[in-house]
Amino acid sequence: MRAALRHYGPVLTAAITALTAFWIVVLIVLPQLLMVDFSFRPMLPPSKLGGPEDVHTLRNYATLWGNTVHRGIFLQTIWASALVTLSTLAVCYPVAFYMAQVAPRRRLATLMLLLVIPFWINELLRTFAWYVILAYNGPLNAVLMTLGLIDEPQRWLGTPGAVILGMVYVYVLFMVFPIYNAIETLDRAQIEAARDLGASWPRIHWRVVVPHARPGIAVGCVMTFMLAAGSYAVPAILGGPSSRWFTEIIYNWFFEGGNWNQGAAYAFILLVLCVGFILLMMRLFRVGIGEMAK
Amino acid sequence: MSQGIDLEGVTMRFGAVAAVDGVDLSIAAGEFFSFLGPSGCGKTTLLRLISGFEEPTAGTVRIGGRDMRGMGPNRRPTALIFQNLALFPLMTVAENIGFGLEVRGLRAAERRARVERLLELVALPGLGGRRVSELSGGQRQRVAIARALAVEPQVLLLDEPLSALDLKLRQHMRAELKAIQRRTGITFIYITHDQGEALTMSDRIGVMNRGRLEQVGDGRTLYDAPETPFVASFLGESNRFAGTVALAQDGMAALDTAWGRLVGRNPRGLAPGEAAALFVRPERLRAGAGANQVEARVLRQDFEGAFVTTLLENAAGGQVTVQTPHSGDEPALTPGEVARLGFAPAHATVLPDAPGDRP
Ligand SMILES: Nc1ncnc2c1ncn2[C@@H]1O[C@H](COP(=O)(O)OP(=O)(O)OP(=O)(O)O)[C@@H](O)[C@H]1O
Ligand SMILES: [Mg+2]
Repeated sequence: MRAALRHYGPVLTAAITALTAFWIVVLIVLPQLLMVDFSFRPMLPPSKLGGPEDVHTLRNYATLWGNTVHRGIFLQTIWASALVTLSTLAVCYPVAFYMAQVAPRRRLATLMLLLVIPFWINELLRTFAWYVILAYNGPLNAVLMTLGLIDEPQRWLGTPGAVILGMVYVYVLFMVFPIYNAIETLDRAQIEAARDLGASWPRIHWRVVVPHARPGIAVGCVMTFMLAAGSYAVPAILGGPSSRWFTEIIYNWFFEGGNWNQGAAYAFILLVLCVGFILLMMRLFRVGIGEMAK
Repeated sequence: MSQGIDLEGVTMRFGAVAAVDGVDLSIAAGEFFSFLGPSGCGKTTLLRLISGFEEPTAGTVRIGGRDMRGMGPNRRPTALIFQNLALFPLMTVAENIGFGLEVRGLRAAERRARVERLLELVALPGLGGRRVSELSGGQRQRVAIARALAVEPQVLLLDEPLSALDLKLRQHMRAELKAIQRRTGITFIYITHDQGEALTMSDRIGVMNRGRLEQVGDGRTLYDAPETPFVASFLGESNRFAGTVALAQDGMAALDTAWGRLVGRNPRGLAPGEAAALFVRPERLRAGAGANQVEARVLRQDFEGAFVTTLLENAAGGQVTVQTPHSGDEPALTPGEVARLGFAPAHATVLPDAPGDRP
């Protein structure tokens, strides 16, 4: 603050501070508070607003508990998001390790570019690309049939597998880069020292590389889980009735059921879940909030 | 408890550069052997070839008589102490030292006992629970040694392990390393570019230059009877008188130089007419006496405590350094004065003079 004062002078500093405060309060905090308030009130026709029925209640939150279908989808979303996170981790850790410790310097730039290029394309389009690939008459079935791995085309679209696959693809970068950054700072001599002392590769990873990369892994997992749990496009495009996502139900409350109060309650339940997941990861990986912010 | 090492024509090329070039050498079991050489001469590469991090592009590395080709560092009976130690910062001291034992599947109780003994060996008892970051430079050094000794290697490889320490600690650790080597009987291969370190610690020293092994011998031999100009000028100080061989017989050679005719030992058997240089140590020169005589004007005299170093110059601009012990009755040479200096032929060495051989 003092540095800003020195740089910009009192008038400009006050203006910047006021604008930032306005942005945070009016555009972020107030709408959220409004939503919180919404979620604790029953849905009422306009004539009854402010009447005796317009009171704070937990009924909207209780709905999820009472509705077995919604509860099932909620639990399935958690489970599938965890699965997406694990699969993404499994795919990204070797890639990140290769880029950070094995790849020669001059090949690294090419690798990074190859990883990033797909992300210049909008998430929707990338997901539609998978829609095409996984289609009944699509290339995946054609390739598998040519290789003789399957006898007849399979229905991939609409299965939970398709959704998970699509999400892994869409969120790889959010996992690769935190882990890459962490492993990059590991002194190669430590890997060599472990090897010199007789350690096998799995043990070197388990005892030396993974502990060092812990904060990066935690950040990657948190980001991927939150993005997956809050994803709407991928399950909407690649999913089907058997792989409904909790976000789709929230969407339905808002725009099809027209029940904003109920939708807001569901949205906050999802938010609490994500915060809970962050805390769990921090416990699990024994990293502090500061370490993660890096 | 220890094994010897044989290197046969060991060569390592990185592209066009030969980092190690045709090294032939046998190191005996239980020997303390040092490689000495300037930065970039291939010392680390040679150590990596012995420990298995690199495979030689040509030649053979044998440990205990067995060809090591195709064996990774985890399968060789060597342990390497890295130039930067490479301790595991996220493990405690005890976990660091016990890592090799953990790898070998030792049970926790036995591991603890072994780690305790090693901590005592390196004079760090009771520090097992510390983090590596909570140790001083010298203590880290000891942890690295203990970690390497834990796996009971036949050969311990040390890559400039003391270079990060201050002078006092370095001298202390030298003695300690030497003591550990004597106690364990392990073959030590020690890399350094500090000649004092090499001379005081080693049974034998190999002097390296641009990937080649120039000369191997004990410190005294290398210092008193260098066989290459590089060794003569890299190890300690030398006065160098360039010229042409005039006479050669009985293992001695007479050289015609800008300082007159000088005689020295001729270990390489140079013949008359060959370009050569005569090397003589500054402390071998005396005022007056000696079969070889040079004359020069005193430029300056530096008092260094135990020694007095005098720099002289002749009319042609050639310089010569003389080192005299500060005994209290050494002749006082005043700047500007012309002095006659002498030295014995037995204390001088005539070697081939190739321009590329100077450090
Ligand atoms: N992996 C590598 N790829 C290419 N060149 C290398 C590689 N490793 C070493 N070199 C080259 O080989 C030569 C010898 O290097 P080395 O590290 O063995 O020297 P050193 O004697 O240990 O030097 P210092 O005393 O500075 O540690 C150097 O010219 C170096 O550039
Ligand atoms: Mg080196």
